[in-house]
Amino acid sequence: MRLDEFPTKFPRLPGAAPIWHGTVDAQEFRNLCEQVARGGGKLVALWGSDEVARDAGYALHVSLVTALGMLCLSLPVAVERPTFPDISDLFPAANRMQRAVADLLGLHASGNDDHRKWLRHGSWPRDVHPLRKNFDGSAVFPTETDAYRFVPVSGDGVHEIPVGPVHAGTIEPGHFRFSIIGERVLRLEERLGYTHKGIEKRFESMNLEQGAKLAGRISGDSTVAYAWAYAQAVESVTGTAVPPRAAALRAVLLELERIHNHLGDLGYLGNDVALAFGFAQFWILKEDLLRLQGELFGHRYLMDKVVPGGVACDLDRNGCDRLLQLFGHLEREIATLKNIYDEHAGAQDRFLTTGRVSPDLAAQLGLTGLCGRASGQAWDLRAQFPCAPYDKLEVRMATHRNGDVAARVTVRFEEVQESMRLIRLLLKQLPTGELRTVPGDAPENALGLGWVEGWRGEILVALHTGKDNAIHRLHPHDPSWQNWPVLEHAIIGNIVPDFPLINKSFNLSYTGVDL
Amino acid sequence: MYQIIKQILKTGIKTETPPAPDDALRVEAQRLQGEILRHVGGALAIRCVDAGSCNGCELEIHALNNAYYNLEGLGIHFVASPRHADLLLVTGPVSRHMETALKRTYDAMPEPKVVVAVGDCGCDGGIFSPTNALGDKGESYATCGKVANVIPVDVAVPGCPPTPIALMQGILTAVSGGQPKMA
Repeated sequence: MRLDEFPTKFPRLPGAAPIWHGTVDAQEFRNLCEQVARGGGKLVALWGSDEVARDAGYALHVSLVTALGMLCLSLPVAVERPTFPDISDLFPAANRMQRAVADLLGLHASGNDDHRKWLRHGSWPRDVHPLRKNFDGSAVFPTETDAYRFVPVSGDGVHEIPVGPVHAGTIEPGHFRFSIIGERVLRLEERLGYTHKGIEKRFESMNLEQGAKLAGRISGDSTVAYAWAYAQAVESVTGTAVPPRAAALRAVLLELERIHNHLGDLGYLGNDVALAFGFAQFWILKEDLLRLQGELFGHRYLMDKVVPGGVACDLDRNGCDRLLQLFGHLEREIATLKNIYDEHAGAQDRFLTTGRVSPDLAAQLGLTGLCGRASGQAWDLRAQFPCAPYDKLEVRMATHRNGDVAARVTVRFEEVQESMRLIRLLLKQLPTGELRTVPGDAPENALGLGWVEGWRGEILVALHTGKDNAIHRLHPHDPSWQNWPVLEHAIIGNIVPDFPLINKSFNLSYTGVDL
Repeated sequence: MYQIIKQILKTGIKTETPPAPDDALRVEAQRLQGEILRHVGGALAIRCVDAGSCNGCELEIHALNNAYYNLEGLGIHFVASPRHADLLLVTGPVSRHMETALKRTYDAMPEPKVVVAVGDCGCDGGIFSPTNALGDKGESYATCGKVANVIPVDVAVPGCPPTPIALMQGILTAVSGGQPKMA
C-alpha cells in the first residue's frame, strides 16, 4: 500500500483530530513506517497492549504524523513469539519507547541490538511485565540492584561525572552520566525512570470518568493539555460533541497554561545565567497570573477544569475583563524585560550558540514541540491540524533556525505574545450555551485518540476501552520522549556549567516519560 | 543597568506577611527542643526531594521563592546537599525506584532533622496508590505509597498541589513549638 492511499483504506476515527487507524501485518507496518520517515513524517508515540483475554495475543501500536494527519497502526503480536519490527533506525526516538514496551509488556523489537532495560530499574524482575493483564498491580517484589550498563567512554584524560537521581535544585529526579575532558562534555547519557509510579497500570483499574483526574496528573505542569487530550479520546469513543463554549474555554485554559509555564522558564533562564533580576521579575508576573487563575477558575494550575464532554468552570464578563486587564500589564512588563534580556551582554553571551541543535539534526532525531520550533521544525498542531476552536484562529507559529538556548528563549517570548493574542480573540467572541455534554456509554474494544499541542509539544492520549466504560489500556505520551535523547546531543562540546542552562531551556518532563 | 534599576524601583517590595504555624499539620509531636528551634528557625536549610511526584508540587515549591512569598526573606533557603540541610521536604508517592535515594538523602542529613511530606501523594499515596479492599491506600509494584512508609515524617501538608501559603505553614510548623529543655 502507498502512503497516500491510507485515508481511503483505513477508517477515520471519530472526533476532533484528523486520525486514521488501521490494523496491519508486520511487513505493511514496516513499509508504512518507512514511507512516513522518507516523506519527512514523524513518530509521535509507540505503545503495546495485552489482548490475550480477547484471544488476540498482544498488539503493538504506533502513531505517525504525515502531511494528511495522523496515521495510527496496530500490529497483532503472537503470544508464542512476542516480537515486532524495529523502527528505531527510521525514528531514533523509538529506541526508548521500544525498550519501555519490552519492560512493561514483554514485546521485543526484533533486529535491535540495544537490549537494555529502560523503565525497569530493580523493583520488579526481568521476566515480570506489569502491563500484562495477568499481573496484579499491587504485587510487591524485593528490590534488586539496578546494574544498568552505561556506554563507557575511554581515552586519555576522560573521566565521568555521575549526577542524580537527586539533583542540586528543586527538580524532578533522573540520572545524568557525563563523560568529560576538562570542562568539555564528550558525551551525556541519561538514565530516567526514577519516578515510575505505575500510571498506566492505575488507569486499567479505572473507568472513563475516573481516569480524567489521573490524566490531569501525568505531568502536573501540563495538566490542561493532558486533561484535554484525555477528554478528546473519551469523546471520540463515546461520540460526544463538545459545546462551542466549552471548546473555547478549553483553548483559553490551554493558552494560560502555556503562558504561565513560559513565564516561569523565562525567569529561570535568567537565573541560570546569573541574572537573578530576571527570575524575580518573571516570577512576580507568573504569580500574578496564577492568583488570577485561582480566583477565576478555582485552581491555580487549572487542574480538573477540562473534563470529558466539556469544562468544569466558566468565565463571566467580569472575569474576562480581569484577564484582559492583567494581559495589558503583562504585555508592558514583558516588553521591558525582553528589552533588558536582549541588551544584557552577560545573558546573551551565555544564551547564544549554547546547546545548539541544528535543524538537520533536529529533523533526523525528531525534535518536537517548542524546542523543535527553535530548531527550524515547523510543527504546531494548532496551526497544522487545528481542532475547534483553533480552526477559526489562524495560529501564528513561532519558528527559529538557530536551535540554541537563545532561540528557545525567543520562541518562548513569541509564544507568550501569541497566546495572549489568541485568548483575546477567544474572549471577544466567547460563544454562549452549555459547558458540558455528558458523554454516553463507550462501546467495548474501541480505540480513541486525543492529540493536543501542550506548551512543551504535542501530547497524545491513546485509549482502548473495555467492558462497561472501563479502561482496557491507556497510553499517555509526552513530547519529552522525543526530546530527552536530543538533549544528549545538544550538550556535546559544551562545558559542564552550561548543562543546567541547556537543560532548563529544554525543560522536559520526567514524570511524563517515567509514567 | 539603568533599565534594571528603574524596573526594580518601579516594582517595589512585593513580599507579604508569612502565615502562622498550624499544629494541625503535625504528624508527630515536636521532638526538637525550643533552644535548638530558635537557632534553626532563624536560618533554616531545606533539601527537597521529588520522590515520584507529578511535578505539580514542585511548581508550588518554586513559587515559595518568588517575591510575594520570599521564603528566603525569613532566613529559610534551599540547599544542594543533604549534608547542609536541617529540613527535608519530600513530594510524591515514593516510587520504588526512588526509595533508596530518599533513604540515603535522609541518612546523609545531620541531626537534628525534620521531615515535611508534601501534597496529597506525600501524605497518603494519593491518586497513584491503589485503594485496597479495606479502603486503605495500598502499595503497588511501582510505589511505596506515602512518605511516612519510607522515612519518619514530622509534618504533612495536604493539597493537590498545596498552595505556597500551606507549604510555608508546614515548614514553619516543623520548626516551631517544642518544649524548652528542663534544667
